[in-house]
Parts: sequence; C-alpha cells; structure tokens
Amino acid sequence: MTKTFLLEDLDCANCARKMEDAIRQIDGVTEIHVNFLTQKMVLTAEDARFDKILKEAVRCISRVEPDCRVIL
Amino acid sequence: MKMNRRQKRTLWRILIAAALFAAAELLSHSVDALDGLRSLPLFLIPYAVIGYDILWRAARNIAHGQIFDENFLMAIATIGAFFTGSFGEGVAVMLFYQIGELFQSCAVASSRRSIAALMDICPDSASVVTENGEIQTVDPAAVAVGAEIVVKPGEKIPIDGVVLDGTSTLNTAALTGESAPRAVAAGDAVASGCINQEGTLRIRTTKPYGESTATKIVELVEKASERKARTENFITRFARWYTPAVVIGAALLAVLPPLILGSGWKEWIHRALIFLVISCPCALVISVPLSFFGGIGGASRAGILVKGGSDLEALSGASTVVFDKTGTLTEGSFTVTAVHPSVGSAEALLETAAHAEIYSDHPIARSVRESYGEAPDARRVAHTEEIAGRGVRAEVDGHTVHAGNSRLMDDAGAAWHACHHAGTTVHVARDGEYLGHIVISDRPKDDAAAAIAALRALGVSRTVMLTGDAEAVAAETAAALGIDEWHAGLLPADKVSLLESLLEKERGGRGKVVFVGDGINDAPVLMRADVGVAMGAMGSDAAIEAADVVLMDDRPAKIPQAIRIARHTMRIVYENIIFALDVKALILILGALGVAGMWAAVFADVGVAVLAILNAMRALRVPQ
Repeated sequence: MTKTFLLEDLDCANCARKMEDAIRQIDGVTEIHVNFLTQKMVLTAEDARFDKILKEAVRCISRVEPDCRVIL
Repeated sequence: MKMNRRQKRTLWRILIAAALFAAAELLSHSVDALDGLRSLPLFLIPYAVIGYDILWRAARNIAHGQIFDENFLMAIATIGAFFTGSFGEGVAVMLFYQIGELFQSCAVASSRRSIAALMDICPDSASVVTENGEIQTVDPAAVAVGAEIVVKPGEKIPIDGVVLDGTSTLNTAALTGESAPRAVAAGDAVASGCINQEGTLRIRTTKPYGESTATKIVELVEKASERKARTENFITRFARWYTPAVVIGAALLAVLPPLILGSGWKEWIHRALIFLVISCPCALVISVPLSFFGGIGGASRAGILVKGGSDLEALSGASTVVFDKTGTLTEGSFTVTAVHPSVGSAEALLETAAHAEIYSDHPIARSVRESYGEAPDARRVAHTEEIAGRGVRAEVDGHTVHAGNSRLMDDAGAAWHACHHAGTTVHVARDGEYLGHIVISDRPKDDAAAAIAALRALGVSRTVMLTGDAEAVAAETAAALGIDEWHAGLLPADKVSLLESLLEKERGGRGKVVFVGDGINDAPVLMRADVGVAMGAMGSDAAIEAADVVLMDDRPAKIPQAIRIARHTMRIVYENIIFALDVKALILILGALGVAGMWAAVFADVGVAVLAILNAMRALRVPQ
C-alpha cells in the first residue's frame, strides 16, 4: 500500500534526508520518499502492518525533527 | 519579503538580541568594573535571547540520540567560544547563524511558493449540472465520468471531456507552453488545465478527475523527485559521511596539535569549534534537489514533462537523437504534395481525379478530394468501379477516367511516366490518354528541419531517422530535414535492434541516445533508449508509462528546447555543488590554519545555503 502524508513545518533539508534513512530501516517498508520541497512523505509498506509501520515512521520523524508534524 | 508568524518572531528576537549585544560590547569596553570575566552576565543575556531555542533543541535531540544534529553542533560551538573566553564571538556567531537561518527559511518558503504556483493548474472546484438542470459547485474529485459540467469564461477546465455545447477559444499555455489559443466547438475533446477564454462551455466528462490531464501532470512532476539523478545520489551519500567526518576532524584538531606541541589548548579548541559550525551539508542537500525540481517544473510549463532528475541529467548529455518518422518528424497524414499535369492545368487534373475518386474511401482518394477543395459534383460521375490494388475507373463528364498506379495505366493503355518525387503517385488517364499524375506524401512538420538544425547547433553529433516506409520516401525526408542517417523498411522489432546497435556505439563515450516517437507501437524502443521521448502522448497511457519525457504537443522543436532546459539545470546543479564544496573546503582549511574565524564559518554554512537556493531558483526560468 502506498500513501502520501503532508509534513507540517519540515524546515531542514538534511533532516528530510535523515528521516528517509531512518524510516527505510523499519521492517516492512518497501519505499519511502520524504520530499522537502513539497513537504510530503510517500510511504509504501506491507498492507497488513501498514498502520503499525506508519506509527513507527511518525516516531522516526519526531525523533529527527520534533517540531515537524505528520498530518494523518 | 513575506514572513510567517514564526519567521517574524525570529526577526524580533534577532533585533532585540542585536541591541542587547551592542549594549554589552559597549559596557564591557567602557566600564572598567565590567571587563574580563565580570562581563560574562552581560553577554549571556543576548545569548539566551537569540539561542534558547537552539540550546533547547540540542538538548532534546541529543536525548534522542541525534549526535550529529545541527542544533547540537551549533550549541557546542558557541558554548565552546564562551569557555575559551570569547564571549562576544559566542553571541555573534549565534546571532549570525539565526540571521542566516531566517534568510534560508524565507528563501525556501519563497521557492515553495513558486513551485506551488507552477503546479496550480488543477482547479479545486467544478460546476456540475444536476438531473433537474441546476448548477452545483462540487469537489472535482467527486464528479462521475459522463457527468455534465459547465465552464465559464476565465475558468479552468477541471476534468477532461468532450464539448457538448458552446464555442470558445482555450488557452493551453499551462499544458503546452504555447500561447496561441485553440478554438473548440461541440464534439471537440478538451483537456483539464486549459483556460476557457470566451464562451461558456458545456462538457461531458470522459475521465475521472484523478486521471485527467492536469492532475496527471502535477502528479508526474511531484513524483519526479523520486527518480533521483546520479548527482543527487552523490549528494545524499556525501551528506551521510560529511558531518561525522568534519566532527571527527574537529575533535582531532582540538586534541592532537596541543598534545604534539604541548601548548595552545585554547587556540586549537577555538579552531576546532569553527569546524563544528560548518558541519551541516544543508546548502547541498537543499539546493541540488531544488535545482532539479525547478528545471522539471519549468520544463512542464513549456509542455515538456520530464519524469525524473535522472532523465533530465541523461537528456543534458544527448549526443545521438533518433526519431521515428511518421507522426514524429512528419505530419502522419497524407496530403497532395505535387500535381504534374502532362495535359492541361494542374487544377483540371485535380478536378478530374477528385471526381473519379468521388466514392472511394481510400486515404489517398480522400487527400485528393481534400486538395481539390470543393465537393465533387456527383451528377458528373457515373459507373464508378474500384479495381483492387490498382485504383479506380469512372465515367466523368462522359469520358472514361482511370486514376491509380502504373499497372492501372498499363491496363488503360496510357503512356505514363514515373515521377522524380518520392511518395505515392496517382496517375490519371482519360479515354486512354495520359493526363499526368498527382503525388501524395506525408509532409514533414513545419518545424522539423529547424529542430534538426537546432540539435546540431547544440552539439548533438548524430541524428537518425527510423521508418517502416520505403527507401525512396525515407531518403527524401531525410535529405529535406538534414538528417545524418536513416533506416527504411523497418519492422517494430528492427527498430529495437537498430537502437541497441546505436547504444552500443555510444557505450564507449559518455553520450546518451535519445529516442523520439509518437508513442504508438514504439513503447519497446522508448524503454530501451537512454531517454525515451513520447510526443503528443497525453492521451496514451502506455506511452506515458514507457517514456522518460512526455511532450504535451507534437512539435519536434520541443526536443532541442528540452535539451537546453536539461543543460541549463545541470549547469546550475554543478555550480551549486562546486560553489558549496569549495567554500566549505576553503573555510575548513583556513579555519584549521587559524586564518578564518567563526564569522566566515557561519557564512560558509548558512550564507552558502541561501546563495545556493537563490541560484537554484534560476532553474525555474526556462531558456527559450
């Protein structure tokens, strides 16, 4: 399943890259793109565990940039 | 400069901190009781005002295990400055850093706005006609296929469809980059994203919103950043090791020289702190993808959809451009290109032929009638007969007329002669007397020859034309357009193997092979080429899927323009990479030698990022 999410207050390009790196490590993630310019995250992951993986991804994002909010 | 609330607050903090800092400097220099260590509290006040958020984030992020966090490194550098006794420098660097960050944040916001404006081609509402004839404004995504919508003058068409009623002219600039308006009337297919300029149009939708032209363009451009160019991947890899490397370098610089030299701890720690300030690869990480995004966005405005940074990069290195002939370099429709009467006038010859072929459905007969201009008079014609593989025989004004190929002329006993023009020749004879012939061929597009010349001027060393047509036709088209190399009589499979041999030839060098087709039957070739360009293909999903670049219209002139945009973008990308790396390397070296201070380091960090962003925005402007 592939879903797109808006990221509010994504302020640092290097952070977007770090988020991508961190989310890619999560088990079950097939593809992840964090686009700094459009402030969007496109997550492709296993259907069955998608919600769990998404939660994990959101945690990764707030670890890298606590001010950045994922609009679910 | 437009600022949001957060940016305004930062601006106020900068102003207040700057004033407090100036006061601290003044007092510590003029009042004797406040020199040396006793001035520390004076400087801590502006430092706290300007840096509290950085310090707070540094603490929070280090708790999350982010050791190479930008905030943390900045905090260490400035606190370190306080410890080495340079109170003023600690405050100034933090202040300067925040100014730079503010500039950077504004520059990013402004480029995001430009990109959003570029992508603003999908209307967010549609006016649907309900069952009882009322007009309702709804979300276009909720409009069913086959619904009736109304588009008033000045509005954008929200969904692809067919005009039911009304006439108007459409501004297609957002899709094709062409400013010439297109006239539409009932029965015409219209694409979303076009602006209705004059009359109100009633449209029957043929696609859902999500699959309409404008929506697809925006989706393609937004997705483009996922197909990363080699240069972008290099930057990503570089960013991964750059920060740790610089931090380790800083640690070594702080420890090793004093140990070896046995003194000067303070000086070397100060130099190490300079390293920490420049340890963020932000300038590169922002500006390189931004340049690609700008180039791709700008190209989309010219009606050139590039699927990704990697394709733009490949396009910039085009050295061989291979064209499909029919529909790509030529119109793909047959027209009369020459009328050679042996007896009487050209008009009379056309008139006779058009009447003889009055009932024929053959494409050649149709183009003869079209060229004649008026509808043939059926009362003048009798006993028409189609002779398969040869042509037609008919009674026109009481005379037996034969119109067809040379075999038909032999049958009719007419003394025909061949034509020097390539194309399909229709010979005409009346009562066995040869009247002359009409040549029908596919005409090169108006801008095809200019496009080939422009490619050559851009340094494309080889242009190739592939066609399934006969040798003579191919030779004439190639000569007329100035094409270097052509291959005729090809089956679709032959095109793939020919392209492969061209790719093989280029393998030694760094040149790329571009294939341009109209997207019909050439998907395998589009996929095989380094860059596959599909023309006028917004309607064909297979071509969009297979191609790397999709042209909204079918003008060959878009090919050199696409290459120019690609080169313009790559130039900006390289400028940014070289500029940012050079400045950082220079400041690292000068910092280690003790020549550059923290001020220069802050410039190398945020100043370079701002300049690189501003430079990247130039990619949005499309070279003509």
